[in-house]
Amino acid sequence: MKFLGRRLAFYLLTAWAAVTINFFIPRVMKGDPVQSLINRYQGQISTEAEHSLYVLFGLDTQESLWQQYVDYWGEILHGNFGISFTSFPTPVTEVIGDSLPWTLGLVGVATVIAVVGGSLVGILIGWRRGTWMDAILPVTTFFSSVPYFWLGLIAISVFAIWWPVLPLGGAYDGGLIPGWSWEFVSSVLEHAILPGLTIVLASISGWILGMRNMMVTVTSEDYVTVAHAKGLSERRVMFGYAARNAILPQVSGFALSLGFVVSGTLVMEMVFSYPGIGLQLFNAIGGKDYPLMQGIFLIITLAVLVANVLADVAYVLLDPRTRQEA
Amino acid sequence: MSSMPVGVVDAESEILAPVEPTRTPGARAKRSRVAFLSSGKATAGLVILVLFAVFAIIGPWVAPYDPNEVTVDLLLPPSGAHWLGTDHLGRDVLSQLLVGTRSVLLVGVLAGVFATLLAILVGVSAGFLGGVGDEILSALSNVFLVIPALPLIIIVASQAPDAGNLLVAIVLAATGWAWGARVLRAQTLSLRKRDFIEAARANGESTARIVWFETLPNLTAIIASSFVSTVTFAVLSQTTLAFIGVTSSSDWSWGTVLYWAQANQALSRGAWWWFIPAGLLIATLGMALTLVNFGIDEFVNPRLRAAGLSGRGLRKQKITPRIGFTAVRLDPVGARAPGAPTAQGSTASSKPPGTGSTPTHQGSNPTDTEAAR
Repeated sequence: MKFLGRRLAFYLLTAWAAVTINFFIPRVMKGDPVQSLINRYQGQISTEAEHSLYVLFGLDTQESLWQQYVDYWGEILHGNFGISFTSFPTPVTEVIGDSLPWTLGLVGVATVIAVVGGSLVGILIGWRRGTWMDAILPVTTFFSSVPYFWLGLIAISVFAIWWPVLPLGGAYDGGLIPGWSWEFVSSVLEHAILPGLTIVLASISGWILGMRNMMVTVTSEDYVTVAHAKGLSERRVMFGYAARNAILPQVSGFALSLGFVVSGTLVMEMVFSYPGIGLQLFNAIGGKDYPLMQGIFLIITLAVLVANVLADVAYVLLDPRTRQEA
Repeated sequence: MSSMPVGVVDAESEILAPVEPTRTPGARAKRSRVAFLSSGKATAGLVILVLFAVFAIIGPWVAPYDPNEVTVDLLLPPSGAHWLGTDHLGRDVLSQLLVGTRSVLLVGVLAGVFATLLAILVGVSAGFLGGVGDEILSALSNVFLVIPALPLIIIVASQAPDAGNLLVAIVLAATGWAWGARVLRAQTLSLRKRDFIEAARANGESTARIVWFETLPNLTAIIASSFVSTVTFAVLSQTTLAFIGVTSSSDWSWGTVLYWAQANQALSRGAWWWFIPAGLLIATLGMALTLVNFGIDEFVNPRLRAAGLSGRGLRKQKITPRIGFTAVRLDPVGARAPGAPTAQGSTASSKPPGTGSTPTHQGSNPTDTEAAR
């Protein structure tokens, strides 16, 4: 699998770049707030934790930059991202570990719905262009120009305040104990409807537009005409010939737009007080919790890279040409 | 190009256009400008953009109140005195939005300019260098494409002592240039192998001249489109940053208004005038930018131009869009019917290859699929 190998090498490079960027930012920005935070918790930070903070934030100035870099990698590879200031003295990894499942669940399901639904709608609009379905296009243009969080604000004010059918925010009722009881699960689902639908609504337009434009381009190809001439059923031509070719740029576009979708979702969580990574990031900004912010950045980047690997596998399955190269 | 509808539509517009015996560069520029504006979308987008630009300049002067002026008129709904109501400190929301327009546009345009320059630098040199240099530059832009921008921007902006407009614009440009570079590289690669570049090289023109006078003019549409996309990205990101309170709070922008609204429970207090207008402004600006980009896309890629016509528009031209792939003329015009190959022939004869937008047709698909994201 030469194709996948190349991609994997690229993702390793990206991961290295992300860690390196993370290493250099505090050193370039001269973040002396870190020093003041250490002062704030004087006596409460163990000498070992203090040392790892020094290493992570480049306050260890008596060492050479290279030595700092090596130490930094040592800390990262041991899964030590430092200690969160806002929820002191919990390690950053623990804070992230608590909130990651919520984000993965919400973003994962919403993104899958948006990609699949958007591609299907795009196929239909592109195939039957010039009918009433073209009216969907201006609507999607509107939704693709609106920031996610504003849609969230509107959704809350309409469905939670003005017409209170759904909860305002959070991930489950405060009175419930997390567990696999029906009560808890249904509460979780109820709380996920509004943020999930808003993410789908905000991100689906990009997929519709992309798919539609590719369909328009692909439907005028000769092989589609030939498929029609052979007398294949319209559905077969639409999905098996036109859509199958039109969807390839969607899959590679998925990798590129994922960072954008994730960014939008982070802000969405802040609006809905959904206890995922985004809310933690928001709290970290408020509390100037730099270790948490940087840890979150690394984790999100890694998650995006994993999603990219999955998209590449899907690409290989869809496009026989990549398999032939091997 | 096997697209029949394009041939038909192009042929018609060629017939309608006054035939110019000599194609001077000026005449060609005029023709292509008209072609760009003939798409109503682009015109509408440009008009909205100009309006916003005017308000960005005169906003602070026409604002009825000082946006920071605290009064006793707390949280008033819209009225004659306060067209968009007041916030929790009695400050006029309309004035805040008017004053904030400047920040939004300034950051958007600055970030767009910086990012586009960077994209041209990286993309065009990657396309021209080839080999190892190309590999390195492509890998660099791909890395920046994959790394999620917003958390990175947040880290940088929140560690800076004071995240003013200029810093935000620079950070946004540093994270938002990669897509443009990728598209420009692809297009440069395809241009580099064209005959006219080969001819220039055979004439002994210097590389600098080939880049500046042979290549860049042919990339104009793509550069413009990538500029507009970056501005859209920057405007949305700037608003998001201001909304979560990362940017300097002394600068008013639309996101700052939303930040105050969210921080003071505008939602549960039912103060819709506080957060709806700001969002609508962002949406309008974003739509205007997207419309301009549609115009550029359709100008660059004639297939989309044909597809962009509404069903009624197509029917007016006696073209029935049928199951998406073939445009069928209802009444055969003379002997040309069904006419597509002949029509294409006439297009080719009346338009010398290599003029206007023709060189940019291929390789522009990434722009189309990504334009709206």
